[in-house]
Amino acid sequence: MLSGALIVALSFAYVGLLFAIAYYGDKRADAGRSIIANPYIYTLSLAVYCTSWTFYGSVGRAATSGIGFLPIYLGPTLMAALWWYVLLKMIRISKAHRITSIADFIGSRYGKSHLLGGLVTIIAVLGIVPYIALQLKAISASFSTMLQYPGVVASGSTASLPFLQDNTFYIAMLLAAFTILFGTRHLDATERHEGLVAAIAFESVVKLVAFIAVGIFVTYGMFDGFGDVFAKAAAVPELNALLVQGGAAGNYTTWASLTVLSMLAIILLPRQFQVAVVENVNERHLNKAIWLFPLYLFAINIFVLPIALGGLMHFPVGTVDADTFVLTLPMSEQKTWLALLAFVGGLSAATGMVIVETIALSTMVCNDLVMPILLRWKFLRLTESPDLSGLLLGIRRSAIVVVLVLGYGYFYLAGEAYALVSIGLISFTAVAQFAPAMIGGLFWKGGTRLGALCGLSAGFMVWLYSLLLPSFAKSGWLPITFLTDGIMGFDLLKPQQLFGLDGLDEISHCLFWSMIVNVGSYVGVSLWRRPTAAEHSQANLFVDVFRHVSPGSGSRFWRGSATVADLQTLLGRFIGPERANESFSAYARSQGIAGIEQVSANAVLVHYVESQIAGAIGSASARDMVASVVVEEPLALDEVMAIIDEASQALAYSRQLEEKSRELEAATNELRGANQRLQELDRLKDDFISTVTHELRTPLTSIRAFSEILSDNPQLDPQQRSKFLGIITRESERLTRLINQVLDLSKIESGAADWHPSEVDMREVLEDAVAAVSQIYKDRNIALELGIPQHPPLVMADRDRITQVALNLLSNAANFCDKPDSRVSITLMAETTALRVEVEDNGIGISPADQAVIFEKFRQVSDTAAGKPRGSGLGLAISREIIHHFGGRLWVESVPGHGAKFSFTLPLPRGGTSFLAA
Amino acid sequence: MIGPNLKGQRLVALFLLGCLLFNFPLLSLFAGTGRIWGIPLIYFYVFAAWISIIALMALIIERKDP
Repeated sequence: MLSGALIVALSFAYVGLLFAIAYYGDKRADAGRSIIANPYIYTLSLAVYCTSWTFYGSVGRAATSGIGFLPIYLGPTLMAALWWYVLLKMIRISKAHRITSIADFIGSRYGKSHLLGGLVTIIAVLGIVPYIALQLKAISASFSTMLQYPGVVASGSTASLPFLQDNTFYIAMLLAAFTILFGTRHLDATERHEGLVAAIAFESVVKLVAFIAVGIFVTYGMFDGFGDVFAKAAAVPELNALLVQGGAAGNYTTWASLTVLSMLAIILLPRQFQVAVVENVNERHLNKAIWLFPLYLFAINIFVLPIALGGLMHFPVGTVDADTFVLTLPMSEQKTWLALLAFVGGLSAATGMVIVETIALSTMVCNDLVMPILLRWKFLRLTESPDLSGLLLGIRRSAIVVVLVLGYGYFYLAGEAYALVSIGLISFTAVAQFAPAMIGGLFWKGGTRLGALCGLSAGFMVWLYSLLLPSFAKSGWLPITFLTDGIMGFDLLKPQQLFGLDGLDEISHCLFWSMIVNVGSYVGVSLWRRPTAAEHSQANLFVDVFRHVSPGSGSRFWRGSATVADLQTLLGRFIGPERANESFSAYARSQGIAGIEQVSANAVLVHYVESQIAGAIGSASARDMVASVVVEEPLALDEVMAIIDEASQALAYSRQLEEKSRELEAATNELRGANQRLQELDRLKDDFISTVTHELRTPLTSIRAFSEILSDNPQLDPQQRSKFLGIITRESERLTRLINQVLDLSKIESGAADWHPSEVDMREVLEDAVAAVSQIYKDRNIALELGIPQHPPLVMADRDRITQVALNLLSNAANFCDKPDSRVSITLMAETTALRVEVEDNGIGISPADQAVIFEKFRQVSDTAAGKPRGSGLGLAISREIIHHFGGRLWVESVPGHGAKFSFTLPLPRGGTSFLAA
Repeated sequence: MIGPNLKGQRLVALFLLGCLLFNFPLLSLFAGTGRIWGIPLIYFYVFAAWISIIALMALIIERKDP
């Protein structure tokens, strides 16, 4: 026999333990040695997802639908895989903008909208307060079940007790006290509550241990392992249906919509946002939680089916509520301590949810509902009050009490009503309405305030009409005809067969229609109008949060003027003067400034102050407050766009800059090469000039010498005189020739030479050249052999220039022939693509070293037996330039001592005559 | 991002795999009355797939190489 006093004492002792843990957690946090700063505590705090609805309700659900309870846990598992992108982004954004609730998040995303924040708050309160009531009902039911011990009753109803004698009421008030104590200790920009999180994590351990203990007892104590439970269940015809999918387990549509619903709930439920985002110490903790949290869910679900089946087989059908199997199975086996452990586990599941949900809702109600309204009421003169932090804490604390009283009241009035027992999923569907505005807002810049507002309201209305009101009707609070005939008899408007859509369960039905209108309105209305400047800047800050890394990045979108003192006073009004002072000192340190006196009131400071206030009263109100002390120049949309453009342009510029620097490097390398070539050319030019001047000086010296002789000796005999004059004339001619050649070469090289291309008969050219040199050859007694065909093909060339080349080669040949039997042959051959001319002598030949350089300017084979060179040293250089100009080649082959053979080619015109010479 | 982006992509792929595993029509393949180690087929399948997904998540997250 368990006395009521013992159970009550145990409950209060348990809550007392929570106080102690939370107190210890806060103390450690104040000392700077956090006990919650690790991924394991973070994961356990996320497990606040598992409420008494999990602890007791899963078994109840499994008892009627077999595996149908699982999607509620599979959805979060799947969503955990996406946390890497979704939750991380939410955490990053919330930390950057000091966002403390989901209402604030959505309001802030769409241009810091009061209206949107307020709407989210209202939906959350309407959807969640009944859920809190459900937790209180679970506590109450477990009380009354335990009080029957060792007897087991069909169901534990306590709703008939006056509330002053109802332990649940005191538990609720105790929880309110706990939440006030540890949830609103002080106003803080970050709104983190370490002690509270520590207590929640502890509760998660307790409920897991309790549930698994009961599970092991049932599976291995009452039965002989999993196989035994299932084998015995299969023998019972009524239970057999639970063991196969598709039977009582419900259809696949229900399964899928529950999965989607729970996927959304795990990030959108206010309590989940509170623990996962607001209370997150370090975003790295998310890493481990991605797989640890699903593991927790897995662990707490392993024994659900054995307990459900065990309970169904153990108790006669219909005598015991399946929701209480976790308690009643140990009780019926007289396991007192195990039953008490299960009771405490259920208590922990319920209280954890109530505490976190209450604090999340109270933050919303205060920041997004009450404060905006109070600040707007001018007669309250709140905007002039010196310290609002007391008022703020008062509102928070009142909100906590109000939420809990509402929850208790709803439980007290609704009792066993359908509206309460089915609230779990109805609540999930309500928060699922946040999904389009929330997830769309995270990844799509185009969503606008009006779009979010329309989507949320439309989805909310559908939820109200097709889910909440029908649950009221089923509870008897509304005429049931509302369900069966539709509103005012319109058949198409039957709440749970909207427009005749039949065959879906109520949750899938509501999810389908609400999401259609919600997403449709959100996207449609958003696309209808261009976003305003405020919407656009917020959209950028949210969607591109990973790119805006600096904490003051929001200040890019702000322009105006303010004074430091005003801003500090303003902050002091919301978080208290002392904390404001600390906060400003911290800001000064972060900016690398010695003290508050040196802080300048720039956009970064204004943004900092605004985000600090946002932590206390929500982003929308914070902006209004800051605007009251700051002369803000509103940015027009095009200016915001310009700023965003600037940022992206800066990025593009930096990329271009990189590109340019690479190009520059390449150009530098090219330049370096070019410079080397230029230096080489410069050296060549110097050589050239010195050679030219040297070449000019030689004839000038002899002209001058002979002129002096003639001038100094007027009596020189006429024969001598005429000989000297002959030398002077020849040297002058040589000088003239040299100068002409230099001019000629420079003209050709600079491209300024005149060319007169025409069809040239090489036979005529060569014969002219031979005729011109014949006298010299005759004088020197050199035999000249000609091998020229009668009708060589014509080539395109400058006749005079080619003649010049032939002359040059012939006279060179003559110059190097000084043997008695000297002989020079000139041959013309037609090849397939070119005409080829060879001038061959049997002179002294050219050494290989000289062969390489004779085509360069002023290079002469000077060490000839003939002594002084007879050419200018430019003839071959000019000849090669001419032949190159017409696309041909000029080269030499020679064996020293056996003569030399100079050859050149001239290309035949394409498709021209191809007959070969005879 | 916390780490290299490849992890995120692996997780998204795992998410898609999970969506496939926990839905019609794959689920219907296990709707029969068979038993594995005495456990009804559908229960065994869902729990096995579930723990495998969690194991893969752990593998992806805890792997040291990128």
